[in-house]
Amino acid sequence: MTFLLRRALFYLVTLWAAITANFLLPRLLPGDPVQAMITKLGGRLNSDAMASLYVLFGLDRNKSIWEQYVDYWGSLVQGDLGLSFTFFPTPVADVLAQSMPWTLGLVGVTTVIAFLLGTLLGVYAGWKRGSWMDNLIPITTFLSSIPYFWLGLIAISLFSVTWPLFPASGGYAPGLVPEFSGEFIGSVLEHAVLPGITIIVSSVAGWILGMRNMMVTVTAEDYVLVARAKGLTPKRVMFAYAARNAVLPSISGFALSLGFIVGGALLVEMVFSYPGLGYVLFQGIGAKDYPLMQGVFLVITLAVLVANLLADIGYLLLDPSTRREG
Amino acid sequence: MNFKTKLGLGILAFFALIAVVGEWIAPYDPSAMSDDLLSPPSGAHWFGTTMTGQDIFSQVLVGTRGVMVVGLVCGVLATFLSILVGVTAGFLGGAADEALSMLSNIFLVIPALPLIIIVASMLPSADTVLIAAVISLTAWAWGARILRAQTMSLRRRDFVEAARASGERTWRIIVFEVLPNLLAVIGSGFVGTVIFAVMLQITLSFVGVISLSTWNWGTILFWAQSNQALGLGAWWWFVPAGLCIALLGTALALINFGIDEYANPRLRKVRA
Repeated sequence: MTFLLRRALFYLVTLWAAITANFLLPRLLPGDPVQAMITKLGGRLNSDAMASLYVLFGLDRNKSIWEQYVDYWGSLVQGDLGLSFTFFPTPVADVLAQSMPWTLGLVGVTTVIAFLLGTLLGVYAGWKRGSWMDNLIPITTFLSSIPYFWLGLIAISLFSVTWPLFPASGGYAPGLVPEFSGEFIGSVLEHAVLPGITIIVSSVAGWILGMRNMMVTVTAEDYVLVARAKGLTPKRVMFAYAARNAVLPSISGFALSLGFIVGGALLVEMVFSYPGLGYVLFQGIGAKDYPLMQGVFLVITLAVLVANLLADIGYLLLDPSTRREG
Repeated sequence: MNFKTKLGLGILAFFALIAVVGEWIAPYDPSAMSDDLLSPPSGAHWFGTTMTGQDIFSQVLVGTRGVMVVGLVCGVLATFLSILVGVTAGFLGGAADEALSMLSNIFLVIPALPLIIIVASMLPSADTVLIAAVISLTAWAWGARILRAQTMSLRRRDFVEAARASGERTWRIIVFEVLPNLLAVIGSGFVGTVIFAVMLQITLSFVGVISLSTWNWGTILFWAQSNQALGLGAWWWFVPAGLCIALLGTALALINFGIDEYANPRLRKVRA
C-alpha cells in the first residue's frame, strides 16, 4: 500500500500547486482585467458576488498576501469559484457542473478506447516485427502530427458539409430536452461520433508506437524464449508473457500523457461546439472571463489527477513488484 | 542514416529555407485585401483567397517564420531547463533528486493547455518571444524525466568513478563525462520539444489568445474558423496551413525515429 500512499500524496501536492498557481497568476501578471469587468458590470453585481470576486482575484489591496491566500482557500472549500461573466449571472461552479458530464463522457470513453486499441495494435506490430504492420508506423505518425483541432475541421468539412452524414456541432439535436429517452440518447450518440473519432484517430498513434517499441524489447528477453521453448501457444506467450510486461511503461505513460491528451480533446470540443468544458473555456477566452477560465483549469486538473490515481491502481494490479511491502 | 531520417531532415530544411526567404518570395502582402473574394486556387492565387481577398499562399509563406522561430527558441530553452533539472537530479540523487523529480512530475501531470491559455490571455502584449518563453516553461518536464533516468544509469559506471577518484570536480564530471553520453537522448528530447512547442503555438493562435497581428499557420486557421470557411465550402482556406503543420510534425518525428534507432539498434528494421 505504500506505493498508493506515495502516489496519493504526490497528487495532493500537485493539486496544491495547481490551486496556488491559480491564486498567484492574476496577482503576479500585469493588468487588472477583472477590475475592468466589475466596473463594466457595475450595479448588476450584488455585494456577495462582488466580495467573492475580490477574494478570488486579489483586488482587495488592504489585505496581506497571506490573508488573501487563506480567504482564497476558504472560498474554494465552499465551492465558490466566483461569477461567470460570459454566462452572467450564473456562478462558475454551476456552469462547470453542467458541462463536466459531457467532457467526462466524450473524453473519458474515447481516451480509454484509443488506449486499448493502440495498445492492442502495438502488441501485434511489435510481435510481428518486419511484417506489413511496420508500414502502419509512418501512417500513424503522420496522423498524430496533425493537430487535433485541424483533424476536427477536416472531419466536419467531409462528413457534415460535403456528405451530410453526421451533425457538425452541439451535443444533441436542438429541439430535444435532456432526459432518459431513446430519442435523446440516440441523438447524443450521433453527435458524439465525429468528435469521438477525431480524438481516437489523433491519439491512437502514440500508444501504438510506445507499445510496439516495448514489445520489440521484451520479445528478446529470456523469459519469452523459455515460454516458447516450453511449447506454450504463441497467443499465450504473446499476451501473458510479452505483452503483460511490455504494457507497464504504457500504463505509467498513460498517467503522464493524460494532461496532454485532455488538452487536445478540449480543442476538439471547441471545434465541434460540443457542450463540454473545452467549449466553455473557448467562450471564456473570447470574453476574457477569468473566473470561468480558472475554474475550468481547476476542474480539469482535478479530473486528470483522479484518472491518474485510477491508472496507478491498474499498474498495481499488473505489476506485483509494486505490491511488495516496505 | 536511413531513408526516413534523410526525408525528415529534407522536409525540415525546406521549411527552414521558407522561414528565411518566405517574406521575400511571397507574391502578395499577406494582409492586403483585393477584389478576388473567396476564390478557389488558381494561377494568380495558388492557394486561393480569403473572404477579404487576401492571398493564402502568401500568408502560409510569411507565417512559416513565426512557427519556426517559436519552435527553435522553445526547443533551446526547454532543452536547457531539462538538462539542468534532469541531469542534476539523476547525478546527485538523494533529497535533491526527490525534490527535482517531484517538480518535473507536477509539471507533467498538470494539463498545460488550459494553464497556458490563462497565462497568455492575461499578458497585455503577447509577442512571439514571450509566448515562446511561456511555452518553454511547460515543455521541459518530459525531457528532464528521461534524462534523469539515463543519468542514473551512468552515474556508477567505471569511467565516472575513475573521474571522481582522480579528484575531478562534480560540474566537470557532469559536463565532460556524463553529458557526451546523453547526446542522443538530449537530441531526441530537443526534437520532441520543438514538435510540442509548434503545436502549442499554433493551437494558441487558433484559439485566439495570441496577438493576431503577426502571421503564423495558426492565425490563418483562426480566420478561417471565425469566418465560417467550413460552411462556405472554402477548403483551400484551412487545408494548406494544416498540411504544413502535419508535414513539419512528421518530419520532426522521422528525425526522432532516426535518433531512437541510432541509440537502440533493436528498433531498426529487420528483413523478415
